[in-house]
Amino acid sequence: MSDTFIPALCERVRDHAARKSALRIRGGGSKDFYGQAARGESVDMAPYAGIVAYEPKELVVTVRAGTPLVALESALAAQRQMLPFEPPHFGEGATIGGAVASGLSGPRRPYAGSVRDFVLGTRVVNGKGEDLAFGGRVIKNVAGYDVSRLMTGALGTLGVITEISFKVLPRPAAEATLAFDLDEEKATEKANRWAGQPLPLSATAWQDGKLRVRLSGAATAVVAAKAKMGGEEIDAGDYWRDLREQRLAFFSAARPLWRLSLPQTAAPIKSAHPQLVEWGGGVRWLSGDVDASTIRATAERLGGHATLFRGGDKSVGVFHPLQPALLKVHRRLKDAFDPSGILNPGRMYDF
Amino acid sequence: MSAVAKPDVRSQALAALRAIRPAMSVIADVEGLKPFETDAFIAHRETPMLAALPDNEEQVREVVKACRALGVPVVSRGAGTGISGGAIPHPEGVLLVLSRMKRIDEVNALARTATVQPGVRNLQVSEAAAHLELFYAPDPSSQSICSIGGNVAENSGGVHCLKYGLTTHNLLAVRAIDADGDVVDAGSLALDAPGYDLLALLTGSEGNLGVITRVTVRLVALPERTETLLAAFPSVRQAAEAVGEIIGAGIIPAALEMMDRIVIEACERFMAMGFPKGAEALLLAEVDGGREEAGEALDAVQAILARCGASEVRVAATVAERDRLWKARKGAFTALATIMPDYYTIDGTIPRRCLPDVLEEIGRLSIEYGMIVGNVFHAGDGNIHPCIFYDANKPGELERSEEFGGRILELCVEVGGTITGEHGVGIEKLRQMCVQFRAPELAAFHDVKRAFDPDGILNPGKAVPTLKRCAEWGGTHMRAGRMPHADIPRF
Repeated sequence: MSDTFIPALCERVRDHAARKSALRIRGGGSKDFYGQAARGESVDMAPYAGIVAYEPKELVVTVRAGTPLVALESALAAQRQMLPFEPPHFGEGATIGGAVASGLSGPRRPYAGSVRDFVLGTRVVNGKGEDLAFGGRVIKNVAGYDVSRLMTGALGTLGVITEISFKVLPRPAAEATLAFDLDEEKATEKANRWAGQPLPLSATAWQDGKLRVRLSGAATAVVAAKAKMGGEEIDAGDYWRDLREQRLAFFSAARPLWRLSLPQTAAPIKSAHPQLVEWGGGVRWLSGDVDASTIRATAERLGGHATLFRGGDKSVGVFHPLQPALLKVHRRLKDAFDPSGILNPGRMYDF
Repeated sequence: MSAVAKPDVRSQALAALRAIRPAMSVIADVEGLKPFETDAFIAHRETPMLAALPDNEEQVREVVKACRALGVPVVSRGAGTGISGGAIPHPEGVLLVLSRMKRIDEVNALARTATVQPGVRNLQVSEAAAHLELFYAPDPSSQSICSIGGNVAENSGGVHCLKYGLTTHNLLAVRAIDADGDVVDAGSLALDAPGYDLLALLTGSEGNLGVITRVTVRLVALPERTETLLAAFPSVRQAAEAVGEIIGAGIIPAALEMMDRIVIEACERFMAMGFPKGAEALLLAEVDGGREEAGEALDAVQAILARCGASEVRVAATVAERDRLWKARKGAFTALATIMPDYYTIDGTIPRRCLPDVLEEIGRLSIEYGMIVGNVFHAGDGNIHPCIFYDANKPGELERSEEFGGRILELCVEVGGTITGEHGVGIEKLRQMCVQFRAPELAAFHDVKRAFDPDGILNPGKAVPTLKRCAEWGGTHMRAGRMPHADIPRF
């Protein structure tokens, strides 16, 4: 399987390129809801699974794209390591390839880094059916343009990711959750102040007047931070996992879910709709049927952008419209990697 | 052997640059152009056709547009500290010197960001943020003079990368002017931006995709406590093992630097550090963070160093002592100059477990070439910096040192590493790019460039070799008729 998968994939892509026939790249299907509707014949990546190399002492792991996230995470956990960007799964079948292609990071993101920050190298099949390798398996590497990070979050529109190398980190020895009763503005300000101090912050979430802060690090560091920060220590249970997986009650409403990515210090969004604030103010989830152009104008005014994350009417565009100069470069990049326009066409924008 | 630009193109370009309003400094005389003929890859020189020193972004746009219209190459230059030749001028091009754009626009304490013009020096950013107990983490060794624009163009590293990341991990937004003269705003003040990650693409693109005019960097908390240790080992293998054990124990030191015997002896002669006789490797480790976290890490690292056979471990008790321990590392290159005045620093990365074997092979090559090599090494992230000593006054020595360096880089690729960890490709490593990448990958890089620069006017001939040149150099490297490590994917 593993010997023939990529040559067969290349052949298939070349065939589709010749016929200008769309291909829809799919791992576990857990993120089918995300982005514009996919079209084309399905390319099933799940069979191309397995860890290619893992050197815990090098902090580097190389995996095939179809590897289930749970399998990778448990292999890392066995060595007391982790994917520091805490990727959301959004379903049992979630694959590591899907996590990279969607570019989604979890609650730890503001304090540890995003998916792309930990991608060291990728192997991809471009829209011409060529098997290419970019980046590498070492932590420091500046040879060639950073195409691996370009592929991250490109939703498969620039290439089929087949293998990925990551930098991984040790799992923190201790963890604790503190709760504070604060309004949104105060909560965001506090979260930002703490982030500027040597404290072991690893997640924040604010909703309905309550700020939760997760601390992760050396046991003594967590104890000292608790003393410094105050608040009430709570048993978080599965809270952080449920937040990451959007299983909290907030996310269960049958309303469109908007994701506002804003500067962490941006003022609170005034809205009648329920909000949940993550990433120290960097992400504001808004649950409700709001006017797309109004919410986008608000996000832009504050220096950010708005994504229609789940549900709603996708004809307004799931992703924030691009400025003309950026759109020009995007189209040219798409054309460079996928000249026939067959890889996940229209999944992100209209190309 | 700088080719002389066609007089009509030169005069047209000069007229176009002088017509830009408000006027900026334009240098056209040979005397004035002389100081710009090289960067820190001093073995190579070119005189630019003209140089422009813009004071603002609008002028940069106008220069790029004028050059595009005339088909004249544009090479951007910051402080000129790059050591792979990325800012060496084009003889028929305009050198765009960004050193006058050196304003710090904003330091935002709560957001932990600084927005600066490209000519601001790296260390200046940390100095401007120090009163807020924040700093800008990437610290290339030239940090007191190198500029942020250059850091972005090269994706610069430093000694604290293992914990704090490279430049690419410490940026929020970059503004670049593409070859059309359009403003490309990559990234944002939020933690992500819509669309493709152009921020990642621009970072490390060596002036090939755009001229950087504004950068917003992320600032991080100054550590509350820093502990520095220096350990001597009777063998490189034991020191390398200690590095693996430290990381395997779940500790991410702020720095982990190794030096070999040649360097130790040079340091000893130059600085009289009093290291144990017979030490084959020195390991400098630094742990930092909150008071408790750093204390816990210090104890653990000390125990590991002893267990791995360190013959001596020194822990800095004061800031002055820490500076002294760092002097052995940072002064290493100066110390090495006592061996021979000319040296060529190589920059490759290898999987750390290969270190003892790679050093052995470098030692063998050193005998083959009859040239001394000292090794300084960012041990935490596998970035090696062998220094080859030569005598520039002896004919052919420079070329031989370059050939020797090329062999070392090819060795890095062979063991699964890369030809540059932090210095960039520039003109220095074009040939090794043909070893690291195959033709379709190099073609993909050229395609990426065309997306920003359709006519290829931005820093042409740097960073990515043409397929034609690779073919002339013998194409993808083969050893004994086989691909190196054919069993693993080529990255």
